[in-house]
Amino acid sequence: MNVLIPGPLRPYTGRARVEASGATLADALADLDRQYPGIRFRMIDEQDRVRRHVRIFIRGDQVFDLRTPLAPDDEVIIVQALSGG
Amino acid sequence: MARSMQRAVPARASANPARRAARSQVSILLATRKGAWLFHGDPARRTWRVDGPHFHGHVVNHLMRDPRDGTTLLAAAKTGHLGPTIFRSTNRGRTWKEAARPPAFTKAPEGEGRAVDHTFWLAPGHASQPGVWFAGTSPQGLFRSEDAGVTWAPFSSINDDPQYRKWMGTVQDGTPDGPKLHSIIVDPRDPDHLYFAMSGGGVHESVDGGRTFAPLVNGLAVVEGFDVDEVTFHDPHCVRLCPSNPDRLYQQNHCGIYRLDRPSDTWVRIGTRMPKRVGDIGFPMVVHPRDADAAWVFPMDGTTVWPRTSPDGKPAVYATRNAGRTWQRLDSGMPREQAWWTVKRQAMAADAGEPVGLYFGTTSGELWASRDEGTRWTCIARHLPEIYAVEAAVFR
Repeated sequence: MNVLIPGPLRPYTGRARVEASGATLADALADLDRQYPGIRFRMIDEQDRVRRHVRIFIRGDQVFDLRTPLAPDDEVIIVQALSGG
Repeated sequence: MARSMQRAVPARASANPARRAARSQVSILLATRKGAWLFHGDPARRTWRVDGPHFHGHVVNHLMRDPRDGTTLLAAAKTGHLGPTIFRSTNRGRTWKEAARPPAFTKAPEGEGRAVDHTFWLAPGHASQPGVWFAGTSPQGLFRSEDAGVTWAPFSSINDDPQYRKWMGTVQDGTPDGPKLHSIIVDPRDPDHLYFAMSGGGVHESVDGGRTFAPLVNGLAVVEGFDVDEVTFHDPHCVRLCPSNPDRLYQQNHCGIYRLDRPSDTWVRIGTRMPKRVGDIGFPMVVHPRDADAAWVFPMDGTTVWPRTSPDGKPAVYATRNAGRTWQRLDSGMPREQAWWTVKRQAMAADAGEPVGLYFGTTSGELWASRDEGTRWTCIARHLPEIYAVEAAVFR
């Protein structure tokens, strides 16, 4: 599936759109971390919670549960909610 | 930013090891709210070459050199929007590589676990344990690396110990940007003898290599109205051990300046001799590398609502040369009035030169230096982001 990477995480991937695979969001994030070591922990904390200011959308819906199932043609959109100074 | 603000003077050869240390080209390691900088000094510590920013836009809480190999640098970083991590460099900051496993708490049942918000304090392990590092985090956690900072694991039982969790309090009890574990100290004589401090949560000691810790808060005051016997109410700001006498510790606390001479377990308040109009509240504590009677503090306004500025807008370092019996104001070169900055707990440091060089970074982004133990001060950089930490290091 196609994954849109937000600007602050592009130093890991080198580009905005990358490919990942997995039956769930957790699997896809694990695959991303295999390809781009360290990227998962910047988005997901050690308690498997999506970090504050990180937003993940699948099929247009915002998801917080890493167990959310994914289909091969799904698009995962990861965005960064900007705030502060 | 000025790259070099003073004239360079050629260094003379010296047989004195401390003098040689000063001439070994001190570098100032600067961690700020928007990145990290290195300032490389000439042998006389008069001119400084700036190298940075590194990690531009990242919040960098600490930048620390490994004194054992003299080369490795660790940086504790995060951005406002991404999780915390550690970056490593083995070439003086020319290139950086992210830790494979940054400090992170143990996974807990859903809804119960804590997550590291940022790594706040980095401390190299004992000289006999190359590659060992310790990290203190916000919220309070103690972590250890055995591979020079590549992978980190929770250290000792305190992170999940019910008593320690109680002493750590809640986020509401901590400092404005999160409660912190800091001042991780390894006794240079014994790698099993450790100290750390928590803001809030008191000072703690281990004599068994970190298997167990116990509070060390006797003699310390707490804010009026709180129970002094309750460890959670103790708020050490910065604790330092004297390299020349590891039985002596100094502490800048929320409620004063203290000294502890082991084996006593009772801190003695030495800040009562500070001028009343200045008080003895502040954050940093700096000790002399060779003289355990000498220490420096940077007082701030801790009255009423805690403005956290220089008292009366007149910044000054205060020094003691007699273990806290008397204090001397050192402000030559600093603004005489209307300077409302202050210095955070990690943002003041000493080098090992003769005389000792002192450095501090301000909340307003200025870096100040003294080549004569605080007698005269010079601003060597300004217009930097808010400075969180300052370390003096000599690279090999």
